[in-house]
Amino acid sequence: MSTKTVSPNTLRRQGDSGQSGDKIFSTASLLAGCLILAVLFCVAVFLLVQAFPTFVADPAEISGGSGFFSYIWPIVIGTVIAATIALVLATPVGIGVALFISHYAPRRLAQGFGYLIDLLAAIPSVVYGAWGYAVLAPQLALAYEWLANNLGWIPIFEGPASNTGRTILTASIVLAVMVLPIITSLSREIFLQTPKLHEEASLALGATRWEMIKMSVLPFARPGIISAAMLGLGRALGETMAVALVLSGGALNASLIQTGNQTIAAEIALNFPEAFGLRLSELIAAGLVLFVITLAVNVVARWIISRHKEFSGAN
Amino acid sequence: MSNATMTRRPSQFTKNKLPKWSIWAVLVGALILGAAVSSLFGFSPVSMAVFAAIFFVVGGTATAGAVEGSRKAKDRFATYLVYGAFIIAVLPLLSVIWTVLERGMPGMTSDFLFRSMNGLTGAIDNQTVAEGTPVLGGAYHAILGTLQITLWATIISVPVGLLAAIYLVEYSTGGPLSRAITFFVDVMTGIPSIVAGLFAAALFGLIFGPGTRTGFVAAAALSVLMIPVVVRSTEEMLKIVPNELREAAFALGVRKWRTITKVVIPTAISGIASGVTLAIARVIGETAPILVTAGFARGINLDVFSGWMSTLPTYIYYQIITPTSPTSTDPSTQRAWAAALILIILVMLLNLAARLIARMFAPKTSR
Repeated sequence: MSTKTVSPNTLRRQGDSGQSGDKIFSTASLLAGCLILAVLFCVAVFLLVQAFPTFVADPAEISGGSGFFSYIWPIVIGTVIAATIALVLATPVGIGVALFISHYAPRRLAQGFGYLIDLLAAIPSVVYGAWGYAVLAPQLALAYEWLANNLGWIPIFEGPASNTGRTILTASIVLAVMVLPIITSLSREIFLQTPKLHEEASLALGATRWEMIKMSVLPFARPGIISAAMLGLGRALGETMAVALVLSGGALNASLIQTGNQTIAAEIALNFPEAFGLRLSELIAAGLVLFVITLAVNVVARWIISRHKEFSGAN
Repeated sequence: MSNATMTRRPSQFTKNKLPKWSIWAVLVGALILGAAVSSLFGFSPVSMAVFAAIFFVVGGTATAGAVEGSRKAKDRFATYLVYGAFIIAVLPLLSVIWTVLERGMPGMTSDFLFRSMNGLTGAIDNQTVAEGTPVLGGAYHAILGTLQITLWATIISVPVGLLAAIYLVEYSTGGPLSRAITFFVDVMTGIPSIVAGLFAAALFGLIFGPGTRTGFVAAAALSVLMIPVVVRSTEEMLKIVPNELREAAFALGVRKWRTITKVVIPTAISGIASGVTLAIARVIGETAPILVTAGFARGINLDVFSGWMSTLPTYIYYQIITPTSPTSTDPSTQRAWAAALILIILVMLLNLAARLIARMFAPKTSR
């Protein structure tokens, strides 16, 4: 091709194909965005449809024999207990680790320590479950026996303690380890965003490192810490395998060191493979309840974060 | 230097300050006291460490309080707690990794890697234990199942996640739709994995009849978990592509979709690829959704569209919960830990690959 003539026609044609390419591409990306919304909507709708038989069934046919509400109530309580204990254990440690990485560790090592904590998040939940079942539970069984003997007068430590250590407290400790990296990584981000001038100002006024953190870092990061804890709560509420493997479940039990209690997610995982008919829709209904609870927790957490984003930019 | 006096006089700045060696003195004291108290209850290294830590925190704070005043003491106390929190957080990590290595290594034989559980009964396990021969049966079918299901989940989620992120960054103008997508993507990252599994089970149950369990249903469940992760990471990466690049392309008369595919995405590809790898690492270890969607298989199944399928996580779970032989559980336990070791190695490799990809394909910033 020695002479290259570009006719207006070719230009036109190229322009046309480009235009349709543009249209196809923008439509496809719009559809993908809408698909995500549709999927979330479908999750709710399909769960509702499949769970519907449970709500209209004769109460005597539901497991337990007295209606869906009395079936779901104990496991909702069990779920909340396990997640709450996990959160109470993990939040202070998580904040401490985040502070360690953002303000205490030597600069050169801080990033490496951050990776180390992120590794905690990378370990699959079933491995945590197996670890809790095989390593943690037998060790904690000794501690539980001591608790039952010495603090048995407190209802939550009432004996006789479980011999295997597979109790809701063990499950909660495993859950705490699992939510720790979530709380740590989010609060670390927020701690690092603290305006440097605030920190330097308080140090210049003679504050010790702890006073600087207490007066400039923590107040700035409070909304972030709250939302990090709530995201951790969402994870702890929905975590399945760790609880299914560690907890030897049963009826609702006030004592944390005896066998008993059950969480929604573990109840589903343990019974779903053999379930059919009404039992199946019962378990899906339980899943719907879990979905609603975690959705509410997550929405509140995300709302706090997004509200916080708006005014943190002003600094 | 020669005429500097070597005698140190207490100056204004070093007055009321603990010397540097004091912390080591407190540590040694705490260790000795810890060992002493621990031996009162029957000595063990764990209780000694606990008591020594308590004595160290109390002693360190008290000496600082006595010499340096209460503000410095509080500072010291907080420092000890923060360091302690980090140690507490690392302990379970080390314990998990150590346990998996210790218990998984004996089971890592070529038999385990390249055989399935097909035809392996409890009687065979009993015989193995009785005669002390190597454990038979393996996780080949579970490894294949994991790879297939994860591959399909990736095939579904990457295009959807990528396009959605492109919509959010390149096309949307910050209207209610894009805000809704951003918000619900964030919310979706918090969906419990078992609910995602139930959704896929319910969806395919409605279409193909109840009890439909195949590898593809599991892949659909996993992509519900994977899409939000892909969207989030891709969105972050597209946002940091400099606007000048887009403007330069537009100024040359390049169409928007050509700009995106030829300029924006190649610039961000390292971050996108590492984000996708991390998303794969996240879903490859999921158990609960597989449990309710893919059932459990003992043999090799290469067809994701029909028949039950096993993955490594469900393999671990079933080997622990329902050992092949109820009377002698050791072979099953060994298989479970060996599978856990493979799974952890897979996840760690994926995490490592993500970091390497991010570093290797990062655009050259200066020349």
